[in-house]
Amino acid sequence: MGSHHIVKSFDDQLKRLDQLIAEMGGLAETQLANAMDALIKRDSDKAAQVVGLDHRLDELEQEVDHHTVSMLALRQPMASDLRQIIAALKTANILERVGDYAKNVARRTATLAEMPPVPPALTVGRLGRLAQEMIKDVLDAYLARDVDKAHMVRERDKELDALHTSLFRELLTYMMEDPRNITACTHLLFVAKNLERVGDHATNLAELTHFAVKGVMPMTQRPQEDASYFAVAEPQGK
Amino acid sequence: MTMIQTQPQEPTLRESRNTSEDAVTFVTRDVTVHYGAKKALDNVSLDINKNDVTALIGPSGCGKSTYLRCLNRMNDIIPGCRVSGRILLDGEDVYAKSMDVVHLRARVGMVFQKPNPFPKSIYENVAYGPRIHGIARDRAHLDGIVFTSLEKAGLLGEVKDRLHEPGTSLSGGQQQRLCIARAIAVQPEVILMDEPCSALDPIATAKIEELMDELRINYSIVIVTHSMQQAARVSQRTSFFHLGVIVETGETEQIFTNPIDRRTQDYITGRFG
Repeated sequence: MGSHHIVKSFDDQLKRLDQLIAEMGGLAETQLANAMDALIKRDSDKAAQVVGLDHRLDELEQEVDHHTVSMLALRQPMASDLRQIIAALKTANILERVGDYAKNVARRTATLAEMPPVPPALTVGRLGRLAQEMIKDVLDAYLARDVDKAHMVRERDKELDALHTSLFRELLTYMMEDPRNITACTHLLFVAKNLERVGDHATNLAELTHFAVKGVMPMTQRPQEDASYFAVAEPQGK
Repeated sequence: MTMIQTQPQEPTLRESRNTSEDAVTFVTRDVTVHYGAKKALDNVSLDINKNDVTALIGPSGCGKSTYLRCLNRMNDIIPGCRVSGRILLDGEDVYAKSMDVVHLRARVGMVFQKPNPFPKSIYENVAYGPRIHGIARDRAHLDGIVFTSLEKAGLLGEVKDRLHEPGTSLSGGQQQRLCIARAIAVQPEVILMDEPCSALDPIATAKIEELMDELRINYSIVIVTHSMQQAARVSQRTSFFHLGVIVETGETEQIFTNPIDRRTQDYITGRFG
């Protein structure tokens, strides 16, 4: 997409679309980072800030929706332009979802901060960092139209799923050891699931990047490593 | 994840057609056209499928109209025009000495940019072709042909009570459909359309486009258009011409969502070449 449109304002509109996605992506990343930071530091105030900022992502998503619909109606885009616009529409939706997950994590933080800490919170921190990195890298890939980089993010979802499965087991173990852990661990379980979903969305974004550049979805099946569906805890513990 | 797929898919009813030999109307190979010293078309090869609308797109002067006019030898009347290569209509060489050009143009009808009805009545506009080609057995048969042709062209309802008024009294869109009825009346195999809607308003354009979709059940249609949206709406296959050559031919959906050649991409997205 190196050369320019004969109608310059079309280029400006496409550029504006990328700027909106970059802004949304940056905000979603920050929200996720702050939510995780608040969780680890048991900082209810910071968590409340995350919850309070979520509406900004919703507004940006609406702006992207409006912008794409108007471009579809007024420009009748074709080929790579059409794909870029469709990809942006879907990307905005994904980033809004990522923001929702960050908000959910922040909401649980307020509850968790009132309870005695449980050790698996640290593993949740690792899961959060991995999810953050995936979102950051896939956004860079999306904005640079870098299919190879997008593919690398897609591959890393395996790692995230494996970590999620092991965290799931760890939480079950703590709950069996001491029923007083159950409340905190259940909240962490939901946090973990939210982070695992962030990874899935990063994967979707990687596939969208491929579609926007190449015109087809990636052919290979995405890695499916989430074994937590089958996890059980034996009464004897580990 | 659901996503618009641009990969080859199972053909839908609208697109389905056979690709065997007899499903091809025109086979054209290495067609080169000179106007005097100027080469307008350079080694163009293309198949025109039966029951398809084939759209030819490209910037002005790219050779698409020149190519279209080779298909029924309309270039013959242009001084200094030389055509080489092979153009076969149902296996018959269009440029063979034995080819009757008048008969050829009945088999391969043409509709032009500006509607050009004869300065005669609506009825006579349609009846003229069948009469000179000796298609009609008698007056009743000729009436039948005129009515059927007007019906197929989607015009009968609007003109059945005024068949003896001049063709030129109709609106532009009606005149264009009258020209289509005139082409259909001689039972052609192919209808060539050179920018058939560029002088029409959007409603008349939509009527012609709807008509094309109905006509392709019985005919092959080749349309030259500068409106890419029109090419995308009406055609099943699209060829992109540039500087006298075909850059890319493909399923219309593929050409407009995921063209292979960079030049096609630049043209349809409105970029500098």
